[in-house]
Amino acid sequence: MTISNQSKVLLRANELTCIREERILFDELSFNINAGDIVQVEGPNGAGKTSLLRIIAGLSRPYAGEVEYLAEDINRCRDEFNHDLLYLGHLAGVKSELTAEENLNFNLRISGYDDFDTTAILAKVNLTGFEEALAGHLSAGQHRRTALARLQHSNCKIWILDEPFTAIDKKGVEELEQLFIQHAKSGGCVILTTHQDMSIISDDMLQKVTLDYRFI
Amino acid sequence: MWKWLHTFADPERAYKLSGTLLPWFTIFAILLIGTGSIWGLLFAPTDYQQGESYRIIFIHVPAASMSMSAYIAMAVASFIGLVWQIKSADWAAAAIAPIGAVITFIALLTGAAWGKPMWGAWWVWDARLTSELVLLFLYLGIISLYASFEDKVLAARAAGILAIVGVINIPIIKYSVDWWSSLHQPATIKIMEKSSMSTDMLYPLLINIFGFGVMIGAITLVRYRAEILARNGMRPWVRDLATAEEAK
Amino acid sequence: MKRGISYTAAFMTLLQRDLRIAIRHRGDIFNPLLFFILVVTLFPLGIGPEPQVLTRVAPGIIWVAALLASMLSLERLFKADYNDGSLEQMLLSPQPLSILVLSKVLAHWILTGVPLILVAPLLAVLLHLESNSYGALMSTLALGTPVLSLLGAIGVALTVGLRKGGVLLSLLILPLYIPVLIFATSAIDAAGLNLNYDGQLAILAAMLVGSLILAPFAIGASLRVSTN
Repeated sequence: MTISNQSKVLLRANELTCIREERILFDELSFNINAGDIVQVEGPNGAGKTSLLRIIAGLSRPYAGEVEYLAEDINRCRDEFNHDLLYLGHLAGVKSELTAEENLNFNLRISGYDDFDTTAILAKVNLTGFEEALAGHLSAGQHRRTALARLQHSNCKIWILDEPFTAIDKKGVEELEQLFIQHAKSGGCVILTTHQDMSIISDDMLQKVTLDYRFI
Repeated sequence: MWKWLHTFADPERAYKLSGTLLPWFTIFAILLIGTGSIWGLLFAPTDYQQGESYRIIFIHVPAASMSMSAYIAMAVASFIGLVWQIKSADWAAAAIAPIGAVITFIALLTGAAWGKPMWGAWWVWDARLTSELVLLFLYLGIISLYASFEDKVLAARAAGILAIVGVINIPIIKYSVDWWSSLHQPATIKIMEKSSMSTDMLYPLLINIFGFGVMIGAITLVRYRAEILARNGMRPWVRDLATAEEAK
Repeated sequence: MKRGISYTAAFMTLLQRDLRIAIRHRGDIFNPLLFFILVVTLFPLGIGPEPQVLTRVAPGIIWVAALLASMLSLERLFKADYNDGSLEQMLLSPQPLSILVLSKVLAHWILTGVPLILVAPLLAVLLHLESNSYGALMSTLALGTPVLSLLGAIGVALTVGLRKGGVLLSLLILPLYIPVLIFATSAIDAAGLNLNYDGQLAILAAMLVGSLILAPFAIGASLRVSTN
């Protein structure tokens, strides 16, 4: 594991064991994530990447082991942890009965932000003109960008993103990569999985956690 | 304070301990139920009001009271599993559920069997039987919920939450059913006149109540051990056990 | 960026969202209501239209129909959010889960419980309900339907991730509904005989307060299990 330049440990995974459908996906996995890290979890399909991300985010409980945020078990400091966490999973968290603008408005307000311009933010993710469109009528790419818009107005340190580039075009991927680099530089961290190659973020900028498919 | 609980969190330890306790529970269960049943069914004096048919209470009452106790035990195990995050407690709760359901069913069956000679009907909506019926549904809910989750760790957590919700509701349900029964049957039919029981009837009853409790414990231990093996199938100590069995 | 939202504001934001979604999806409101009306209509067809018979069973019929309609409507409480990932976001929200859960249950009650309460008197006329009982009917429904929503939400939270959750849901919820049913119908019966029914109402109110305090925890815990 490469040692990062900033020493502040944001997250620590401690001996995480995950068992799904009687298969051990990973056993006693430990690693640190420091401020400024961009971490890519990689592995073949079914290796447990999504499960690991969900465990780190606190959505799933591991079979054994803990996740620590700033040296405290996340189960004991859930409020602070959730405050500092932005998680985007496979499912976008976008309601199809609401417009793109209403979705963004809700997501930001419920996260505690009250001073934002939805039109400007939606412009940043190339959804200008689609603010009033019902999310159910948007294309897959536009749907995903409505969810990703949250990243444009976030002061959460920890970003956990499961396949963020799904349905996004090449230019959009590059813009997101820039966003991640920016976020890491300002002291946050990004944990992501992706099947797509990243053009701007090179391997030496990344910290990799590799899961291999295990048979018992 | 509850450190000793955590020593039984280890599945292997729990398995071994259950194995040691099992023969004792079995022996006591057979002795107690044997004594209680034979005494009650054959030797206890005839009731002057109900004749011989009252003898079913030596099965019905232990079954009914133990069905409730089993539910409470299950809820306590779930509570421990939830609060202290001890998985083996969740497994214990999952082990009790089907046994409790069967005991409840026996209570209902024997209650109905008693009702026939008493009131000429196979079923009466009296407070106790109605409460037992609702208890059966609560058990069935827990069993079905546990069965619906593929991941058994999640299944046990979900069933545990339901068990705790159920145990809080049981007194409320009992109270409301009792009250409902008193509204609609002013000439309250009391199934059991505990106060008018002679010691000759009381002792076999108590022995059987204990016996049923111990029996439930014994069967629970068997299911608990099976549950532990099933959940820990990939662990080395289980594989060693299996190969040792094969070698025999 | 300034950050922070009061509990009330979070509650209202989620409430607004759910109400807005429901207004755009009006079937969700009308289907349970129609079910309620249909079930009540079936009974005279099943047991005969004699006014005396109907009067005697009217409270029970209306309340059982209300239970069933409530259960039917509950299935949509968390399902859509579960399917599109909003439920996960709710669980990861810095806002207390209990507040968010209460907001959703309140939205659900406004959309399904309140219409039920408003339609009930009309159905009571169809069933020849004792004229003295109307007040009791309304007050028991007003107190009881929120309890149904709260208790039912526990069952829904436990089964939202399951494929065939709907069938299991009735087994989980209906036993919990029994006390509400018993005290509500008893109150209406008592009112019909011009007897005092304050006691029953007090117990229903106590159930409401109790479930308001305790149910959100159970619902939250169940949601965490279901989205694991």
